Amino acid sequence: MAEEKAKGPQAADMPDWSAYRGVMIVVEQRAGVAKNVSWQLLGEGRKLADKLDTDLIALVLGHDIYGLAEEAVYYGADRVYYCDAPELQDYRTRPYSRVCLQTIEDVKPEIVLFGATATGRDLAGAIATHLPTGLTADCTILDVEPHPSRLLLASRPAFSEKMLATILCKQYRPQMATARSGVFEALPRDTARQGKIIAVPNQMSEDEIAAQVLNFIEATETLNLEEAEIIVAGGRGLGGPEPFKLLQELADALGGVVGASRAAVDAGWIGHEHQVGQTGYTVRPKLYFAVGISGAVQHLVGMQNSDVIVAINRDANAPIFKVANYGIAGDLFQIIPAITEAVRQKRVQGSAAAVEPVVAVEAVEGRK
Amino acid sequence: MLHIVVCVKQVPDSREIRIDPKTNTLIRQGVPAIANFYDMHGLEEALRIKEQYGARITVVCMGPPPAEKSLKQCISLGADEAVLVTDRGFAGADTLATSYVLGLTIAKVAAEIGPVDIVFCGKQTLDGDTGQVGPGIACRLDLEQLTYVYKVEGIDLETRRITVHRLLEDGVEVVQTSMPVLITALKEMNKVRRAPMPGMLRAATYKPIIWTTADFPGLERAKIGLKGSPTIVSKTWVPEQKQVNTEMLPNESATGAATALLEKLWQTELPQRFGWTAQEEA
Repeated sequence: MAEEKAKGPQAADMPDWSAYRGVMIVVEQRAGVAKNVSWQLLGEGRKLADKLDTDLIALVLGHDIYGLAEEAVYYGADRVYYCDAPELQDYRTRPYSRVCLQTIEDVKPEIVLFGATATGRDLAGAIATHLPTGLTADCTILDVEPHPSRLLLASRPAFSEKMLATILCKQYRPQMATARSGVFEALPRDTARQGKIIAVPNQMSEDEIAAQVLNFIEATETLNLEEAEIIVAGGRGLGGPEPFKLLQELADALGGVVGASRAAVDAGWIGHEHQVGQTGYTVRPKLYFAVGISGAVQHLVGMQNSDVIVAINRDANAPIFKVANYGIAGDLFQIIPAITEAVRQKRVQGSAAAVEPVVAVEAVEGRK
Repeated sequence: MLHIVVCVKQVPDSREIRIDPKTNTLIRQGVPAIANFYDMHGLEEALRIKEQYGARITVVCMGPPPAEKSLKQCISLGADEAVLVTDRGFAGADTLATSYVLGLTIAKVAAEIGPVDIVFCGKQTLDGDTGQVGPGIACRLDLEQLTYVYKVEGIDLETRRITVHRLLEDGVEVVQTSMPVLITALKEMNKVRRAPMPGMLRAATYKPIIWTTADFPGLERAKIGLKGSPTIVSKTWVPEQKQVNTEMLPNESATGAATALLEKLWQTELPQRFGWTAQEEA
């Protein structure tokens, strides 16, 4: 069916795709600090570019971000285009999308990838419509067909994570996708890596831009569930807001963050920014503690891809134990403090020779 | 008076969709069709703006005829008018083709009912889950674009500026821009009201305005439906359920259980990865 379309009447209007080469990653940053997902996408983009025997390209936008252009090379880019302008200090859809559109038009990459963050989705949605081209959201698997088709195989969860779907964009270039944070691996930072760094012009002056960012209130605890590698999550079994302190202590001891099930969030025990699952965040940390969480499907779809899952629940038959690597059936109010204590001791012991981790433990305790 | 358009999609409640374990296909039977709940938070915010500043609310929906149900629900909640854009030609649309049709629809609403100041969309739909249609519409209509909004702080009717709070991964951004604007709503934005009795009565007899392809003289056929959709689904599959051999740890005492757990965790790569301990040899 798709081939039929390609031969259809509009095929004649299609641009010559041989002009479109290269895999472009749009790097997201705030105040000169790149989001992890950007380096992760450069890592994945490197594989795609190698398979297509083409360049990996980064596009960096912001103010005072030349350093990030260099970083992009260290993380795998062959070429980096950067636009450095005071108008790009804060992300705003119009000035950012105008620079991206101009660069995409000039550079003609065959693939453009963004992090599936609020900013990445905001920007990619505007650009794809403008070009126009196809855009696949929230990919978790990326691959390419080799030359000559050079198709991006963009796969993403569908139907509330119950299925995966592979999406193609055969008739338009570039092929665009946003991809989730924490799924792909960044390359090790290598300062010996060489690449070209090319400045591109800003497109809009301040008086042409309607949007003004008045304030940015950084999340009080720098909670980023989607990027967290260790999550200690609590549910209905906690019975109230107070026990989340026990979870926070364990999270601090491990160097992780606190998550929650929908039940706990709906009960008002903890903020929605902590919510894991269907209507909250989908996470895949290295270690996930499910404490007092029974394991409704809506929660499971959001965390079952964690590397190691530990479940602690009073009810030994709770469904959460089915997805857990380790389970403890019992009273969380006894068990969690015991684990926290054991972790602290183990960390002090294990690092008796090394000073730094001990300092880290003290710092954790000092915060309380 | 402000004119607010709210985009609503009727979707299968994907939370209710199950996979047939034998055939690995979706069981769609008996899955209820609901108004995408993010969109309803957009409608609720529109209603609150109406109460505070005065506004006229038009709801638009692209979908098959049964989607009338969701539009009636919007009327019962307090929307003034509802438009259903329905045509076989629209079927199979991806986000690009959808934003094209909704863009035309809103332009027609503006021409026939009055200029539009604010367009609300949900953050994303339950079935598509992309969040791309909102920005697509903003682009097509050249509107200012404010995504992931969880609070409308205020509207200055004199300067026609609107201030909102956007919820991002790393914090909250307070941003102000000019109307006309497109806003995508988060569920944290508000609590959706229950329909009042007069609204329910009005909805019972209300007939939404129906537009088909014939109602859009300038419509380009190549841009709608399957034909106008650059993305195609090449395959779907059910990911293999991770086979987990759960190891239940004895819990005779809390300390015992904790020690047992740590022994297990310390056999994984985790301690080394996170620098919980100095390396054995070090």
